[in-house]
Amino acid sequence: MNKNEAIQTYLLALADDELILGHRDAEWTGHAPLIEEDIAFSNIAQDEIGHAQALLRIYESLGGNDPDTMGFLRDADEFTCCHFVQMPKGDWAYTIVRQFFFDAAEIIRLRYLKNSTYELIRELAAKIYPEEQYHLLHTQGNVERLGDATEESRRRMQRAVDEAFEQALGLFEKIPGEDVLIDEKIIPDSRTLEAEWLQFVTPVLKRSGLQSPVIETNGTVESNVEPLYGGRQKKHTEHLHKIIEDMQKVYRMIPGAKW
Amino acid sequence: MNKDLGNITNADVWVALKEVTDPEIPVLSLVDMKIVRDVKIDGNEVHVTMTPTFAGCPAIYQMKSDIEEKLRELGFEKINIDLSFKEPWSTDMLDDEARLKLETFGITPPTKHNGNPTSAINAEVKCPYCKSNDTTMENPFGPTLCRMIYYCNSCRQPFERFKAL
Ligand SMILES: [Zn+2]
Repeated sequence: MNKNEAIQTYLLALADDELILGHRDAEWTGHAPLIEEDIAFSNIAQDEIGHAQALLRIYESLGGNDPDTMGFLRDADEFTCCHFVQMPKGDWAYTIVRQFFFDAAEIIRLRYLKNSTYELIRELAAKIYPEEQYHLLHTQGNVERLGDATEESRRRMQRAVDEAFEQALGLFEKIPGEDVLIDEKIIPDSRTLEAEWLQFVTPVLKRSGLQSPVIETNGTVESNVEPLYGGRQKKHTEHLHKIIEDMQKVYRMIPGAKW
Repeated sequence: MNKDLGNITNADVWVALKEVTDPEIPVLSLVDMKIVRDVKIDGNEVHVTMTPTFAGCPAIYQMKSDIEEKLRELGFEKINIDLSFKEPWSTDMLDDEARLKLETFGITPPTKHNGNPTSAINAEVKCPYCKSNDTTMENPFGPTLCRMIYYCNSCRQPFERFKAL
């Protein structure tokens, strides 16, 4: 894989994560437990889908198809999102925990990409970074509140953490072609991101009264569960096929229609 | 070309674009909002560079077509509009006049943050109606990507704050 192909592969993986999670978040529009959260998740969905589109524009500038074609005319087995974002929206606890895990990972990744040697990635990362800070503010605050609110909220949040933890580690599955880009300081190593993510989320969960499957020794945190990998290798869950079918249905009905 | 464009200068285009308002904040133009970044005239062609406020702002397409319409009125037939993320848009770019217009419109202007928007999150927020600082954040998200929802404990009105970015 040459450098350009590696950049495209990387951008596509990030864009697919954003697009699918954005679509999952949008499933709450009109259905969230509180009007404030309905607004919040609709905004977050719009942001994530916007980020996917911006990433896909860089992909296009490197000779790829346009963002609409990539989002709406690609089959599920061509996507490279991780399993984490494919999972059904679950209950509100799972939604909050998933979005918190994702936002934390994104903030950590963007902090590196803001210094990428590749100009378009560097500019976009700088643009998206402060937007993501608002997501994290919201989701982290909710984790802290719900983790220790009532017996039911604690139980549900713990169940969500138990379920989401190994899935979230799938965000850091190595993306094909990474090594070339790490050497050129275009992107950070996925292992570095994972280590920083564990360092970040563990104390937040702890002070929210939630347990995480990690082993802590002398300031380092290691995961105690097997990460759920496969997405970056285009091996997907049945859930992805379903959500892609929903997402693409209208677009494919009349290809090229102007609305 | 249906008009003689020979006399139209960059400054004329900027003046014209100052009449194109932000579809979500009608008291500010796309020039006031610093969304229009650059204008270049090349014969009967015009190139405009714009930058989105939020990467996912859906209003950008409306803005693009409003700009196109305005430039067509000026007589341009070939209009190129590019989106750029160079020097990402920041609310610190809004000048005092724009801030005052926002406040008069009923939106608390974005707190200045010198490149560190998170520093603005816990800043004091003044109610645009009664000017009290006794306000509470209700939601970091609002009716559009660029606004947050607050409540004024003094005049008991909900209001919006422009999100510092
Ligand atoms: Zn007031």
